[in-house]
Formats: sequence, C-alpha cells, structure tokens
Amino acid sequence: MSDYKMHLLICGGTGCKASESDEIKNRFNELIDDLGLEDEVQAVTTGCFGFCEKGPIVKVLPDNTFYVQVTPHDVLEIVEEHIVKGRPVKHLLYTDPNSEKHISDSKGMDFYKKQIRIALKNCGFINPENIDEYIARDGYQALGHCLTEMTQDEVIKEIKDSGLRGRGGGGFPTGLKWEITKNVENDQKYVVCNADEGDPGAFMDRSILEGDPHSVLEAMAICGYCIGADNGLIYIRAEYPLAIQRLKIAIKQAEEYGLIGDNILGTGFNFKIELRYGAGAFVCGEETALIHSMEGLRGEPTFKPPFPSVSGYMGKPTNVNNVETFANIPVIINKGAKWFNSIGTEKSKGTKVFALAGKINNVGLIEVPMGTTLRDVIYDIGGGIKGGKEFKAVQTGGPSGGCLTKEHLDIPIDYDNLIGAGSMMGSGGMIVMDEDDCMVSIAKFYLDFTLEESCGKCTPCRVGNKRLYEILDKITEGKGQLEDIGKLKELSSVIKDTSLCGLGQTSPNPVLSTIANFEQEYLAHVEDSKCPAGQCKSLLHYDILEEMCTGCTLCFRNCPAGAITGERRHPHYIDQALCIKCGICYEKCKFNAISLT
Amino acid sequence: MTKIKSLDDLRKMKEEAQSKIRLRENSDHPEEVVQVKVGMATCGIASGAKDTMKYLIEELEQEAIEAIVTQTGCMGFCYAEPTVEVTIPNKEPVLFGHVGKEKVHEIIDSYIKRGELIDGIVPLNFKTIDDEL
Repeated sequence: MSDYKMHLLICGGTGCKASESDEIKNRFNELIDDLGLEDEVQAVTTGCFGFCEKGPIVKVLPDNTFYVQVTPHDVLEIVEEHIVKGRPVKHLLYTDPNSEKHISDSKGMDFYKKQIRIALKNCGFINPENIDEYIARDGYQALGHCLTEMTQDEVIKEIKDSGLRGRGGGGFPTGLKWEITKNVENDQKYVVCNADEGDPGAFMDRSILEGDPHSVLEAMAICGYCIGADNGLIYIRAEYPLAIQRLKIAIKQAEEYGLIGDNILGTGFNFKIELRYGAGAFVCGEETALIHSMEGLRGEPTFKPPFPSVSGYMGKPTNVNNVETFANIPVIINKGAKWFNSIGTEKSKGTKVFALAGKINNVGLIEVPMGTTLRDVIYDIGGGIKGGKEFKAVQTGGPSGGCLTKEHLDIPIDYDNLIGAGSMMGSGGMIVMDEDDCMVSIAKFYLDFTLEESCGKCTPCRVGNKRLYEILDKITEGKGQLEDIGKLKELSSVIKDTSLCGLGQTSPNPVLSTIANFEQEYLAHVEDSKCPAGQCKSLLHYDILEEMCTGCTLCFRNCPAGAITGERRHPHYIDQALCIKCGICYEKCKFNAISLT
Repeated sequence: MTKIKSLDDLRKMKEEAQSKIRLRENSDHPEEVVQVKVGMATCGIASGAKDTMKYLIEELEQEAIEAIVTQTGCMGFCYAEPTVEVTIPNKEPVLFGHVGKEKVHEIIDSYIKRGELIDGIVPLNFKTIDDEL
C-alpha cells in the first residue's frame, strides 16, 4: 500500500515508551479506524527522535508537524483537528524558549539545526521492526556492493580512507583494526559488536539498536567479509530489553530475506549473527573482559597483547567494534570515504553522537560533526542550563573521563582536543553540571560507581579506588585535611599506572580533573569546612536569626528531628547537635529568619 | 518471505520499498518537490475538496511527479472552492479556484509540467502578518 496520504511517526524509544507512546499509537489507530481512514493514514512506531526532553514525540507527515509531550489524552484532538481538518494543534507544538513562538517543523528548532545525522539517520524515520523500510533507505546496498563489486582490501581501504575511528571511547582507527584482523591467518574468525554501554547517563548505542538495528547487522556482515569471518556476535546487556527485542526481530527478518545466513545475495559469502547477553558489568565494555564474559568465564580483563585481533573469542582472531562505529560503516560505503572525510576535524572525521543529560534544558540524543564546540552543544542545541543557572562543568567520557569547565567551552570537540583538555571522548555521555553541583561530591559519585564496577583483579584498582572514595567521603563530611588533597593525587597516579585495564587506568580521572579545575572548592571543604555549592550536608549550618524570627513556630512544628525549641512570639533556637540538616526549616520559614552557611 | 538472491534483486526491491516511504522522504525536503495544499474547511469539503485531493494524489502519482499534497484550513475564497495552492520549487505559490477533476488535469499538465499559467487563478490581494506558524 503506497497510497497513504498521511504518515504519523510515533517515537518508540525506551524513553517515549515509558511515557505511554504505545498507548498513543493504539489510540491513533482506534480513532483512525473509527473514521474509516485506515487506508489513508498510517501510524508508524519509529526509533528515537533524540529530543527526549520533549517526548513522547509524534511527527505528522507530509506537513512535517512535530508534536511534543503528547499524551494519549491529546490524540483525539490531533485526529479531529489536524488529521480531519488540516489544522495543527498549536498547544502541542514546540515553543522556542527565546522567541516564544511555536515551531511546527523540527528543522526550525535550535535543537536540530546544528546536527548532522549519519549514525542516527534512520532513527525517528523508519520503523525499526520493518526491514523493507530499511531497504528503502539504501539498506543492505552497501553489503551487496561490497560482496559483489569490491575486494576485501578495497573495502578496508575505503574505511581507512574515511578516517573513521572507534566510537566506543578509545578512538582506534577502524580500518586499521580490520586490516590487522584480516592479516592474521586462521580458519575461524569472529566479528563482535560491543553493545555493553555502561556509562551513567549514556544511551547512544541503545538508541541506535532500538531505532536502526539493521545498520549494525549490515556493518557486521561487511566486517565479516573483510576480515574473513562467518560468525558475528552482539554482546548486549540484558538491561536493554527493547534493543534486544528489536535486534531479534531484525536478525530474523534479515535471515528470511537471505541477507544474513548462507550464500548471501548469491555470492557464496556466509555470515550469521547471534546475541550474547551481559549482566550489565561496566568492566565488560573492555574488550578482553567482554570476550571472557562471552566465553562463559568471569568478566575480567586480561593482558594485551595478545590483542583480540590475534587471539580473541575462543582464542580465535576477533574484531571488536562498538555499535556506533558499525552504524557509520554502511553510510561510508554508500556515500564514499571522501564524503565522510570531508566532515569533521583533521584527525577526527565524521560525526559523534552524544547523550546530553544533567542540568540542561534539552536532554536528549544529538549527533554533531566532530569539531563542534561545547558551547554550541550546550547552549544552542542543549538550550542552556536549566532554570537559567550558571554553567559550571560538563563531564565527558563518563566515569573514565574528566570535567571540562567554562574555559573549555570554545574547544572544538574531537578525540585529541578532549584529551588535551584533560578529559576524553569516551562513548559520548555528556553530563552537564550547574553552580549548585559540588565537584567533590561529583568525583565521589563517579568513584562510587567505579568502585562498585571494579572486577577486583588488580589490587590498585580494587583497594586504591576504595581508599580514594574514603578520602573523598571524609572531605565531604568536613573532616578532610590539607594533606588529603596531595594523597588523592598521589594515589590516583599510582592506580592509573599500575592497573591492567582501562577501568583502573581511568577511574581516578574524575578526581584528578576536579582537583585540577576546582582546587579552590576542595580547599574550601578542608580549610574552611564549607561547601561552596551547598551540597555537602555535613558542612551546612542552619541558624535562626534572632532579629528576623517572629516566633511563629512554623519551623518548630515542621522540624522532623525536634531540634528547634522556643516559645511562641519569641525567637527560636536550633540545637546543632540534633539538627539533621534536612533544610525543612529553611524552606518553611516565611520571614527569611533561617540562615544557611 | 522470499529470499533476495542477488544485488540486482535487492536494488529492485529497494525501488518497490521506496514508494512506501516516499511521502516521508519528500516531507524531509519539501522545498525540493511540488507542494500542493488543498483547502479542506467546511466550505471546501462541501464543494468536493476531499475528492479533489484524492484525485490529485492519484494523478500526481500516476504521472510520477514528486510532490507532497497536504490539506489546510479555509483560505478565505469560499466562493471559489475547492481551492488548491501549488508551489513549484523556487517559485511563488499560486492559488487555483474551482478545482474539480478537469481542473486537476489542467493544473498538472499545464502548470506543474510546463510552468504555463492557466485560467482560474485566484489573485492574492491581501497581506498576512508574520504569524506564528
């Protein structure tokens, strides 16, 4: 059926599903059926549109009307007004925060203006559970082209020329990795897709798998052709049920079409893909640990070399690439290395997907050319800081990365510049912090994460991170001493130097980079027993200002700890020994009589 | 499902599949295709705008013209319903009145295909404020 006059694209990413996008779709279908328009209007579930802040999103085509924060309750109005009468429902349109005008076409939104979508090109456009829609968007053409019209070396050369580097964090040149694996002689090789996305606040890979699973399958088959492997494995965490479900559907459909399996497109090339589930351990994002986990062993890293390219899964040469890296491959083959190479900076080509999270107005998933500045990402695309507060820092690279500050806002983002600025690209999580965030607490938060996630194999990581955490905890409790800052630095460098894998080698980074950028804040904690951001409860001090207090007893009645005493119409008093620093008195007082220091 | 046995089969299949999402592709870059708006208010519908729209879509598809056809509200020319606004890439929109089946043919053959103006154009004699949409 090609004569649908109208398409409704309804976001079916995890975020929008949680906000009832399934019900929205069902309601649309019900009403469309009631009106007898089922042959004219098609409701499609797509992958993530990226604008998660404003989800669930419903896009109406051909008018290109972009409805935000739609609820099942709004569906009737959209159907009656827009579908039947052709009038957009204004109150469901996006409102530009600056001009306060409604914007109906997403192309007019600042959030989308500076984006270039390569890895996400099909997300929010096709139905990920329908292989035909992927094929309509050049799907599997790249695989067909490689298998029938290119040699393995030609494909590898194309990938090398494109300048594509691993999107999982390290930034190793993808073409080179393929070449190394190809050149190792063995009767059995493997292609592994690393979908063990574990950084707090990162959801790039999940969204690609949910929105465009076939792009990853196609790229894995291309990789298999290049390196001489007929087996592909996707290592995905069990916490991603929707991505797993869509991958399963995609694999089944591709097998039915013969695009995966034996004798693909009559070329004699065989390639099958299976899923392997991880239990959600952060360390299993490290390739050797990932491989051991797939083999049924403990998810612990081992020494490199030998690299997986030489001896990986089951001791066979294995090429491990990240989801986003794979998603770029079919586009590079279809559009050519030269095209891809023209986007980005000198040493970092193409685009990068980032997951924006934290204190930012437009939380969501974005894809920008390498070389875009942090300022563009945070202020133009991200819409600035929530509540008009002051930007303080942004953590890139997750728990392995570091924080970047105002000084770094104009650095073009690429692999090398971020390392130069004391952080790293990582897999693409960006957590934005504002003036109310305490940097010592942030470092402590990340340490708490790596400490939990350390596999325990190397003593410096297992014990050292614990000690780092304890020192940070001491500082946030107001019991820190000046020498503790020196200890943090020394211990951090030992952990970095003596740990085997990437987890331990990078886990002290948040500590080091917060000290480097916000040493004053550490000093305020240890020297003045003050938390400048007002986050560390132990360092807060609530007092009643006698001259302001009217003795209304409101604080007295609301204090959960019974720490406030005093008589009606006389100034009250907080017993510091009993105060639990909950801040309720501060919130309740109508006379600004509570001071917070 | 039948297996796809060669790259040529796959390419053929792509062409078939493309027709199903052509509306989405065209909507993605509307300025590059012919945009047709049909006035679909009460006055338009009463004068047969629904049939006109259906016919327009069918004919444009048959003629293999890349176009997007959308409906819109009352354009104010109730005396000339059904009204259809046609925007050819890089040209000013032109509004046609009294568009029945025959007029559809005329619009497609003369205006869209050859760029010749035809009778029945409703002159736009008003200005709009730069409104919200």
